[in-house]
Amino acid sequence: MENLLEIDNLTFSRSGRIIYDDISLRIVKGKTTAIMGPSGIGKTTMLRLMGGQLKPDSGDIRFKGESIQSMKRNRLFTVRRQMSMLFQSGALFTDMTVFDNIAFPLREHTKLSESVIKTLVLLKLQAVGLRGAADLMPAELSGGMARRAALARAIALDPELIMYDEPFAGQDPISMGVLVKLIKALNDSLQLTSVVVTHDVTEVLTIADYIYILAEKKVIGSGTPEQIKQSDSPLVQQFLKGHADGPVPFHYPADDLEQTFLGAK
Amino acid sequence: MQWLASIGRNTIDTVGSFGRAFLMLMGAIIAKPQFVKNTPLTIKQIYVVGVQSLLIIVVSGLFIGMVMALQGYTILVDYGAEGSLGPMVALSLLRELGPVVTALLFAGRAGSALTAEIGLMKATEQLSSLEMMAVDPLRRVVAPRLWAGIISMPMLALIFSAVGILGGHLVGVDWLGVDVGSYWSIMQSSVDWSEDVVNGIIKTIVFAFVITWIAIFKGYDAVPTSEGISKATTETVVFSSLAVLGLDFILTALMFGIE
Repeated sequence: MENLLEIDNLTFSRSGRIIYDDISLRIVKGKTTAIMGPSGIGKTTMLRLMGGQLKPDSGDIRFKGESIQSMKRNRLFTVRRQMSMLFQSGALFTDMTVFDNIAFPLREHTKLSESVIKTLVLLKLQAVGLRGAADLMPAELSGGMARRAALARAIALDPELIMYDEPFAGQDPISMGVLVKLIKALNDSLQLTSVVVTHDVTEVLTIADYIYILAEKKVIGSGTPEQIKQSDSPLVQQFLKGHADGPVPFHYPADDLEQTFLGAK
Repeated sequence: MQWLASIGRNTIDTVGSFGRAFLMLMGAIIAKPQFVKNTPLTIKQIYVVGVQSLLIIVVSGLFIGMVMALQGYTILVDYGAEGSLGPMVALSLLRELGPVVTALLFAGRAGSALTAEIGLMKATEQLSSLEMMAVDPLRRVVAPRLWAGIISMPMLALIFSAVGILGGHLVGVDWLGVDVGSYWSIMQSSVDWSEDVVNGIIKTIVFAFVITWIAIFKGYDAVPTSEGISKATTETVVFSSLAVLGLDFILTALMFGIE
């Protein structure tokens, strides 16, 4: 199996705080890889590192064998045309219609005629079920529709790698089901490689081929969904089952209880 | 020793933000020009930044011209010099009030809007998503707005001065009875093209550049939260107003100061 993206011994810190400490990941071509973990451990940061928006302190991130952090700006921009990212907010341009949003990458990076662009955009919109919404403004879309429109924009240039940042966060069950189905269908029909960053356990277990669980600056578990379910790590089990207390404590670190309420001895 | 540390930290922060502002400017203007793509974007921004500021500029210009004619007349008439009302109004507008008041209004009307817009684009990840689509936000978002500001503000200042002179005419000639011939002819003979008009335009170009740069940088560098954007917008208006007034003194000293 060929790796599209390889991360080796990555260390990254921000304003003096270590986010990742010496971790390694493999994103296999044509598969869906999920990166899971509790909120606030910097899963989005991982996607920004992969896209070259942030630079690691040490370690190596390679896209098709080429190191991303040592690329010149022009080369990085060329490589980014092969990857694409679905932002949590959708990040649609609020001053353009849905149609123009999806046409945007095509108009920027190709010399296709307007009639070809129109066909392509409507096809992409058809794939996400929003052909009827082409003339709406992003503000007129519901949260789920905005994310689908953003997904249509993300696949406009037929990228090889697509990164989803919390695609299911804040979605109602129906939109969630639609998004799960879309991600799976796109991956199969377009032979995309997907990286999904999320903490929605049940959805991910159905679509991912391989899962990494991050916590405490490390990879604490990895494997196929079956292997993850069987994992004997208490941390992984707490995360999957959603127990309130466990290796990740319920209480934020604080002074001794007696000392706080009964006064210092 | 706390205060010493905070002085040091503030200095480092300030120097750092000057550096980032300079890098942003370089990234936006030193790039292969893409006229075909950028011209429509710039024209759209000239509409937003310039044309939509017209109303406030015209109204303020009219009233400032009217007030100056009224104030000037009451003083000049004591010396029988009300014929010099024309050059007084025209010179103060062209040399000082046109550039400075337009700049202050422009900072409040267009500068704050630019900061808020770019700050919100950052907060809603639109700038990041441009980058991930391999489109440089410095060229796509920053450059058109910078050029639009630099192009539209000098025109606004000229319109301000012209309307102000007409406002002076309205009060001085039509209302207070200054001779219409002397209002225009003395103005024509005492206003010098390069000394007064061109120097005024140079001032507005400098102000336009500084205001737009501050406004765009504050938005681009804003902390992407509602609090951060509100702080950035306030800073745009405060910093650019102070910069305009300070620069105005320097430029005036250079242009009209001691020979």
